[in-house]
Amino acid sequence: MSDKDPALRRNAPKLALHVPEPKFRPGDTPDFSGIVIAAAGEAPRPDTSAPAAETHPLATSLVRVLGDDHRAVGPWDPKLDADTLRKILSDMVTVRTFDDRMYRSQRQGKTSFYMKCTGEEAIATATAAAMSRDDMHFPTYRQQGLLVSRGYPLVDMMNQIYSNKGDRLKGRQLPIMYSDKAHGFFSISGNLGTQFPQAVGWAMGAAIKGDSRIAMGWIGDGATAEGDFHSAMTFAAVYNVPVILAVVNNQWAISSFSGIAGAERATFAQRAVGYGIASLRVDGNDALAVYGAVQWAAERARSNNGPALIEFFTYRAEGHSTSDDPSGYRPGDEAKAWPLGDPIERLKAHLFALGEWDEDRHAALAAEADTAVRAAQKEAEKIGILPQQGKDDIGSMFDDVYAEVPWHIAEQRDAALEESR
Amino acid sequence: MNMIQALNDAHKVVMRADEDVVVFGEDVGYFGGVFRVTEGLQKEFGKTRTFDAPISEGGIVATAVGMAAYGIKPLIEIQFADYIYPGYDQIVSEVAKMRYRTGGEWTMPMVIRTPYGGGIFGGQTHSQSPESLFTHIAGLKVVVPSTPYDAKGLLIAAVEDPDPVIFFEPKRIYNGPFDGHHDRPVTPWSKHPASDVPEGHYTVPLGKAVIVREGADLTVLAYGTMVHVALAAVIEQGLDAEVIDLRTLVPLDIETIEASVQKTGRCLVAMEAPRTSGFASELVTLVQERCFYHLEAPVERVTGWDTPYPHAYEWAYFPGPKRMKTALEKVMAD
Repeated sequence: MSDKDPALRRNAPKLALHVPEPKFRPGDTPDFSGIVIAAAGEAPRPDTSAPAAETHPLATSLVRVLGDDHRAVGPWDPKLDADTLRKILSDMVTVRTFDDRMYRSQRQGKTSFYMKCTGEEAIATATAAAMSRDDMHFPTYRQQGLLVSRGYPLVDMMNQIYSNKGDRLKGRQLPIMYSDKAHGFFSISGNLGTQFPQAVGWAMGAAIKGDSRIAMGWIGDGATAEGDFHSAMTFAAVYNVPVILAVVNNQWAISSFSGIAGAERATFAQRAVGYGIASLRVDGNDALAVYGAVQWAAERARSNNGPALIEFFTYRAEGHSTSDDPSGYRPGDEAKAWPLGDPIERLKAHLFALGEWDEDRHAALAAEADTAVRAAQKEAEKIGILPQQGKDDIGSMFDDVYAEVPWHIAEQRDAALEESR
Repeated sequence: MNMIQALNDAHKVVMRADEDVVVFGEDVGYFGGVFRVTEGLQKEFGKTRTFDAPISEGGIVATAVGMAAYGIKPLIEIQFADYIYPGYDQIVSEVAKMRYRTGGEWTMPMVIRTPYGGGIFGGQTHSQSPESLFTHIAGLKVVVPSTPYDAKGLLIAAVEDPDPVIFFEPKRIYNGPFDGHHDRPVTPWSKHPASDVPEGHYTVPLGKAVIVREGADLTVLAYGTMVHVALAAVIEQGLDAEVIDLRTLVPLDIETIEASVQKTGRCLVAMEAPRTSGFASELVTLVQERCFYHLEAPVERVTGWDTPYPHAYEWAYFPGPKRMKTALEKVMAD
């Protein structure tokens, strides 16, 4: 009870705490008709050197290129050639195939954990296509498409997932927490949000040294509530940093919907307004819109016109991870009701409409991705799966804590080796 | 030179030698830092190599992580060690673990400088000694100088070290050694041999303690401000004590400690930080594990109390001459 004397506040209304709830829970029929979705081509495209304020109306609308007729329309159409479109489609199909195989691997007990990005494939793959190969990404755990698009060997991704002897991270990281400098993919952290201001720091470094490369930081809608989100925005604005800050709003942080991160009050893109940062809200299931927006923000950053925040509006079609069962907190068919569709189907339909793709070629692409993923899996599993690991070379566990092994760690290494004998 | 000047000089040495060294933090740019350690750096090295940061310790450390990943060397200041906590996640989860989790591909050669400790009437948010929290984290090196000579040499060594270093500066002795007697005038560094700081580049190696006073009857382990308090105390008690300044807590110079305690047979550990789970406990344990059969008395520890630092009771909190005397008498009994 309050320590205030109720007699003193007799007529005051009783205060109430608002705890946001998603519109639908298991058993409900999902209905997204309340979501306002701007028509494709409707959002204006400011010049990349425009003042940030000119972009701020875009924080509440939605940049879309692909219309219901699967045609590209409007000022954000990047007018890509068919080869580029097919490459993005191919990367998306590879990512989905890879995800399915690795999900199954986890279910078969070959590894401990996996996270799919089903429904969000366009975001990383179209971004990779729009950025330069040597730009740096500070990703979260659902941007495996960046690695796939940049040609990182699938077998290396799997070796990491299996923590086997081919794992470049030496069995020290949770599956899917990839890291590869040469592919511009910064080490993933399980502490959410940490990478966001790190991306800003990398881009500050590039600016200090007069480099021409830029960085892109990634965060989920839930993690925008972390302090790191706000320090990233502050530093990016203060120093006019050449960085792209992406919020992947897939609307679910494990079982908590985006309202718990503040989405009931404002869009995530709107958070840029208070910082004076350029802001775009983008249909994340529209590969062309993703490409157009990233290309715009990259050009802006590269020409010292400052940072941009992009909210990719999408939907997490599957569970948070292999440890999650979404049927416990949302309707089972909610993903199917999501009005912005499936990114692969949409780009595929667009290529069909252009006459640059057909069912046979798509079937061939799917088969090719399946073959490549299976071959990589075979190769990786030949090296080893997780349950077989952790027995050999135990001494290596003590390497890389410091550049050189100090005495106390050396003593513990000896003890661990003795214990394992 | 006093310690501030020595640290300032160290900055100039490393920044002149390596144009990738970048200094930033709250108020460190134009003004030169609230303790003036970074004075003149912006003028000499320009605004993009020494600049003011927003009041966001998490942001300062995180952007330093990004810069280190880019390939430049951040030498950052956290204005008071008490403010380091918003940056703690970045230090512990990112800075400390990056080399390990990337199999050595991404390293974090950075230095995080921060003034620590009490004795300046700073209340509970300007007086803390949080070094123990960092000694517990694999991947970090923890350094605490106690003289101007060491401060310069250790800071240069820290910047040149391939691993991340948390560099705690004992602000109570920035201007002169402090013997724990707060009611006596402070002796300036100019009267102390360690204020004779060579020009240019030299290093004091990390992981090497120094015996600041040789003795046969007792070993006193201390670091930072407490080195001077311990020295004064053993002299006042007329003890033939060996006083060791640890200088680096991680990695620790265990050889020097072992040799000394095995020689003297008695040991006292002194630190300013609160008692429970502090680094002093680690030192006591190490001495017990390695020197038990040489010990003639239980190992004693002198520490701050397990309370937040109380403003008005600063001198009742600080582990000064009286607490030292009681502990020394106890360890020397029998």
